[in-house]
Amino acid sequence: MTGEPLLEVRDLRVSFRTEDGLVQAVDGVSLSLSEGETLGIVGESGSGKSVTMMSVMRLINDPNARFEGEVLFKGHDLMTLNPEQIREVRGTGIAMIFQDPMTSLNPVHRVGKQIAEQILAHQDISKQAARARAIDLLAAVGIPQPAERVDNYPHEFSGGMRQRVMIAMAVSCNPDILIADEPTTALDVTIQAQILKLLRKLRNDFGTAVVLITHDMGVVADMADRIAVMYAGRIVEQGTRREVFYDAQHPYTWGLLGSIARLDRPKPRRLATIPGQPPSLLRLPEGCAFGDRCAHRFDLCDERPPLLARVDGNHLDACHLEPKQKKELRETTIHPELIGTAE
Amino acid sequence: MLTFIIRRLLWTVLVMFVITVIVYIIFFKTPGVDPARAIAGRNPSAQVIAEIREQFGLNKPLPVQYALMMKSLFVTRDLVSYSNQGLKVVPEIAAATPATLSLVFGAAVIWVVASIAVGVAAALLRGTVFDPLLMVAALIGVSAPVFWVGQVANMITQGSLHDTFLFSWVPPLGYTPFTQDPALWFKGLVIPWITLSILYIGLYGRVLRANIIETQNEDFIRTARAKGIPERQVLVRHTLRTSMITFVSLFGLDFGALVAGGALLTEVVFGIHGVGFLAYQGFINLDLPTIMATVVYGAFFIVLANALVDIAYAWLDPRIRPT
Repeated sequence: MTGEPLLEVRDLRVSFRTEDGLVQAVDGVSLSLSEGETLGIVGESGSGKSVTMMSVMRLINDPNARFEGEVLFKGHDLMTLNPEQIREVRGTGIAMIFQDPMTSLNPVHRVGKQIAEQILAHQDISKQAARARAIDLLAAVGIPQPAERVDNYPHEFSGGMRQRVMIAMAVSCNPDILIADEPTTALDVTIQAQILKLLRKLRNDFGTAVVLITHDMGVVADMADRIAVMYAGRIVEQGTRREVFYDAQHPYTWGLLGSIARLDRPKPRRLATIPGQPPSLLRLPEGCAFGDRCAHRFDLCDERPPLLARVDGNHLDACHLEPKQKKELRETTIHPELIGTAE
Repeated sequence: MLTFIIRRLLWTVLVMFVITVIVYIIFFKTPGVDPARAIAGRNPSAQVIAEIREQFGLNKPLPVQYALMMKSLFVTRDLVSYSNQGLKVVPEIAAATPATLSLVFGAAVIWVVASIAVGVAAALLRGTVFDPLLMVAALIGVSAPVFWVGQVANMITQGSLHDTFLFSWVPPLGYTPFTQDPALWFKGLVIPWITLSILYIGLYGRVLRANIIETQNEDFIRTARAKGIPERQVLVRHTLRTSMITFVSLFGLDFGALVAGGALLTEVVFGIHGVGFLAYQGFINLDLPTIMATVVYGAFFIVLANALVDIAYAWLDPRIRPT
């Protein structure tokens, strides 16, 4: 990891005015991403993962949204750029792939034209050259007979193929950062693996930094260098993949890890779940947002735990428990079945 | 695509045939309707009626009568009016068509341009005071009956304000053929065009606004923005292009119906002797050949407009294109 981060989000807050009150969707998120690095953002629906990254690209048009904080991309604060400047960053600096490939492509334009449109918006080349580039890109993302498929419409592609088209579009201008917002959620499991393989290959070939938003721990386990776990609009744990998977510090992360079916451990009777529901973003609790669902709650949890390095260096977490206490509690949370077999 | 167009047009011919049969049966074979009596005038003797039956072929079997009618309508074009003996119906319609087409084409240009402007402006200004203002104005436009707007327009431009600098250019009511005097053709049609288009500007503006707002929430609009293409391109190529599908189908149907005689009220108010006016007179006099001819003429345009809408629809939306 080189010195200056490519992207740095500092204390980002995003709120939406609604009929029921102020929804605090993102509550003080700080992140950084270095060149070529892959950051996984994990959390359940509504935890603010997508809103965070959409805010980075300034894609939220809602007049009721309010943004605070800084998003530094190559040293420029994206939040203060004018529309023309942000337009230049989109596609070339930061590109994005969305969750649902069935609806993310315009149904009335040929896929080649949709890819070429992005290239033409950023590069001074002829339409023929842009089309030729679109064909190359379709070939690069593994679409058979790209020279013919370039003139097809989105409805003539399957879901996985459409996501490949989306990826071809996203990498068409060699972006520094590729944000993939749940890129595999809407796809079959076999197709998911193919798409992840493709993303990995493109990342390795082009050295693109990737932000991978997902609720699937399996997806980040495959790809991410570092992982940030989000809960109720805040980051609750952040560290390298190794740290988060093998030395998780936050009880919410334990819950996520515990709910994965594993083949290398004895089969539990039921998969573990996290009890309860995430808190309403309208009225976040004063203290730890996870407190109400946490089995290890104690007095101090009424105060909001700051995101600090409690174990070592860059491994941050927001939990008041002592790291020493955590070790034992963690095992019982992630692998309750092990307790049973040990007795 | 080409075979689709050809198939669609062949289908149109079939529909036209069915329409002529139905219209013929309704107007000529409804129990109690006796064309011979209508031709003969008041208190005819039985002998006169029999002669007329013979002369007009009304004593022949039904299919033959229908064929004769179609022949005089389409082939020899010598169908004669019953109420105005000697007046040929087909040339009458041919003469009235340019007036109707001039009126409807001009109004269509105005309403398409103006309603796109209203719809786009309202959608883009959503959240400001201009959006509801535009929509209220559009609602007023939709609610104002064309005969009333026309009368008010006449009152102003032909009456009270005619001699001021504002409306002194407005010629007297009536239609001047384009070939005769293009300047007068234009001046005489400006007020009718505006009158006719007001309803459609309001209607289409509201429909387009709703469609644009719906499209703006689509995922692919977000994709378009994320690509970094200019906002104008997002609006025109992605939002508007997709929102126009309803607009185009409405337009085809309304345009067809207006050319077919739906502009009747405007024609009557402004003394434009178009097809609607002709049909109106035909119905007043119960002149069966005129009714038959204008209805067939109208059906032709409506069916044609429907076919064109289907073709335009397939062109706009590749998902419904036949493969």
